[in-house]
Amino acid sequence: MTLSPKTPGIAAGRLGAEVLAENFGDLHPPLERHEAHVAADRCYFCHDAPCMTACPTSIDIPLFIRQIATDTPEAAARTILQQNILGGMCARVCPTETLCEEVCVRETAEGKPVEIGRLQRYATDTLMAKNDHPFTRAAPTGKRVAVVGAGPAGLSAAHRLAMKGHDVVLFDARPKPGGLNEFGIASYKAPDNFAQAEVDWLLQIGGITVETGQKLGAGLTLEGLTAEYDAVFLGIGLAGVNALRCEGEDREGVEDAVDFIATLRQSDDLSTLPVGRDVVVIGGGMTAVDAAVQSKLLGAENVTIAYRRDREAMGASDFEKDLAASKGVRLLTDVRPVAVHGNGKAVEIELEYTKTEDGALVGTGETFRLKADQVFKAIGQTLEGAPEGLEITRGKITVSGPGRTTLPGVWAGGDCALGGEDLTVTAVAEGRDAAEDIHATLMG
Amino acid sequence: MADLTTDFLGIKSPNPFWLASAPPTDKEYNVRRAFEAGWGGVVWKTLGSEGPPVVNVNGPRYGAIWGADRRLLGLNNIELITDRDLYTNLEEITRVKKDYPDRALIVSIMVPCDEESWKAILPLVEETGADGIELNFGCPHGMAERGMGSAVGQVPEYIQMVTEWCKKYYSKPVIVKLTPNITDIRKPAQAAKAGGADAVSLINTINSITSVNLDAMAPEPMIDGKGTHGGYCGPAVKPIAMNMVAEIARDPETHGLPISGIGGITTWRDAAEFMVLGAGNVQVCTAAMTYGFKVVQEMISGLSQWMDEKGYTATSDFIGKAVPNVTDWQYLNLNYVTKAQISQDDCIKCGRCYAACEDTSHQAIAMSADRTFTVKDEECVACNLCVNVCPVENCITMVEMAQGAVDPRTGREVGDYANWTTHPNNPSANVAAE
Repeated sequence: MTLSPKTPGIAAGRLGAEVLAENFGDLHPPLERHEAHVAADRCYFCHDAPCMTACPTSIDIPLFIRQIATDTPEAAARTILQQNILGGMCARVCPTETLCEEVCVRETAEGKPVEIGRLQRYATDTLMAKNDHPFTRAAPTGKRVAVVGAGPAGLSAAHRLAMKGHDVVLFDARPKPGGLNEFGIASYKAPDNFAQAEVDWLLQIGGITVETGQKLGAGLTLEGLTAEYDAVFLGIGLAGVNALRCEGEDREGVEDAVDFIATLRQSDDLSTLPVGRDVVVIGGGMTAVDAAVQSKLLGAENVTIAYRRDREAMGASDFEKDLAASKGVRLLTDVRPVAVHGNGKAVEIELEYTKTEDGALVGTGETFRLKADQVFKAIGQTLEGAPEGLEITRGKITVSGPGRTTLPGVWAGGDCALGGEDLTVTAVAEGRDAAEDIHATLMG
Repeated sequence: MADLTTDFLGIKSPNPFWLASAPPTDKEYNVRRAFEAGWGGVVWKTLGSEGPPVVNVNGPRYGAIWGADRRLLGLNNIELITDRDLYTNLEEITRVKKDYPDRALIVSIMVPCDEESWKAILPLVEETGADGIELNFGCPHGMAERGMGSAVGQVPEYIQMVTEWCKKYYSKPVIVKLTPNITDIRKPAQAAKAGGADAVSLINTINSITSVNLDAMAPEPMIDGKGTHGGYCGPAVKPIAMNMVAEIARDPETHGLPISGIGGITTWRDAAEFMVLGAGNVQVCTAAMTYGFKVVQEMISGLSQWMDEKGYTATSDFIGKAVPNVTDWQYLNLNYVTKAQISQDDCIKCGRCYAACEDTSHQAIAMSADRTFTVKDEECVACNLCVNVCPVENCITMVEMAQGAVDPRTGREVGDYANWTTHPNNPSANVAAE
């Protein structure tokens, strides 16, 4: 039996292995040495460079690009990694078009910024290919720090703490470390098991013990950790998923986009991964785009992103929106789901047009239906399992300064903590800064 | 379309673009193809004396430096004069000249510094029907150690002596090619003129080491672990060459002596610049070696367009036209005051002007929190560094202050022309005034 995008229902193997391999290959292929030199030469080495200011981790971008231009990409990598230990992943997943590259003066001059993200990848890949870890630990402090959550924030904090001479135990609920880098990012952004390779490389610093399958509230308790360790850093992310709150949400085929993305990332054989013929993704952020694009790449015939506000308001960057459109994903805006129809299984989704009245989003009453055998919910994640006793503000752990929570000895960073955009690079910055503050506090 | 015909020493060529004596002009095959591609003239690669020809190295002959995207900016070479038999070259020259009577064909010669050697070769060259000869007193490597090339060009007396022999045994124009590896280019030019040279051509290549292999600890190009200095050419040498051309053009002793300009000419504009500084034509090598013979098409179309735009109908209309404006520092107008002005519409806010001025010049550019860069007129000495480092052409310009206006830096009014020779700070000024 040959399956195709037109095969009805949710089915695996819509596309051949070769097409799948091509679809899920590197989104931005790495720069060759000569390409990197040409790209690096475009950098003007700006004074007090805008790109550096725009980077949440404040990487000295002009310096690392100049180091590439002078054929020392390893030195460039050190410049990057000393500010951002996950510089390799950030080079792949950062929305550079809204960060460093947006403010590049070349963007002002000719609408084409220096390819900072790809240059960063060239530098970090070069160093990591040598399996060279450029940092060493300071003399042991005798202090022990618990880091909960081995995502970008936790990894960044753990590395910086280990470097400062502390002993770190890094807990994670999942069976392997990496957090969203491992489970929550579209496959084509970090192929070839990069997330695990990066974690392995990061752990070369030493002094970090990884404990997987350890979840806060299910075995681990904050009281226990604060009693046992000198400090605790929480980088637990946003584990909950918002509900659609519409009729038929429980029908078969209505799924969380984050689960779909995680399953896809962990799959060894994409041809065994089922996907609908008519997929509708509800939401407008990066997760929605990742789920929609990957559905299309897996072989769904029709993929639609349905978002309740206009295109401008979408959380996904312009690049992501264009990427989705280029892959054949339809972007439907100013609509919201009112019901998923079907007899047990989802068959259709009913959407209602929306408008803004007095600042509030309201339905116009006009509805229509789209075929939908699979519906992905990507309408945001929520903090789940935050320990008792921590103050929560607007659904996030309240922090002040470099990640200090309202409990002494407990810091937090990344998506679970208040402030900053929910980006990998922001999480890395917060983890690093909290680690510095923990170090300063412990060493008094 | 402007007429590019050039008359240099009575030698006519359809355009002023000649290929210099070098690898591109080493044999009939190349020279015919160069003429077909449109080159106005060719200086055949240097001939040596009758007998066993010189031999070249069998490893790399060229070293290079590059700009962005491996754009070749400078090339050096350790190749010698032709390593082919003298009579083979002479036969080929004869055939080519016969088939291309409208093109200039000059024969470059380098033989030992004795009258017999020159007396022997000159009649043979005369027989070929070539339009003239160029004396290679310039090559700085290999032949110089044997008492030829730049070893001659560095001794004005030798230049004069050999030039005299050439005028004695050869009836057509004699061009003396000068080496830049000398402290004052006017001296060899004067010697050439004294010897009766019809023209000088310059510059030959500059002694150089282009790069060092940091693994092998030896200069490039490297021959079996060793390297030697080579002759440097290409776009990087153009400023040096133009100064030397201008020095000869404005020296009272050599003013009017025809000059064939050489040194990094890559585009029509380069050629025009050499020519307005006094070169009657130009010779090109590295551009052809980098891009092939076809580059001459851009040179022809570009020069022609420029001449049309400026209303020049013949190359003689503009040759030497900038020479009167090349002067000595002491005659520059010290009351000419300009201030840098930054166009905020064009500024891309890179801050390079700020870094350059603040760190290395006169702290005359202010930077605001929102990255607006403005010139502090009271500090600006108009050094032009900001203009030179700005990546946006014409974003920063130098605006002249009107006479009578007060320069906020000095508090003084902008006055009439006055130079150093009469300046009160000049210890010699009073003497001059007396």
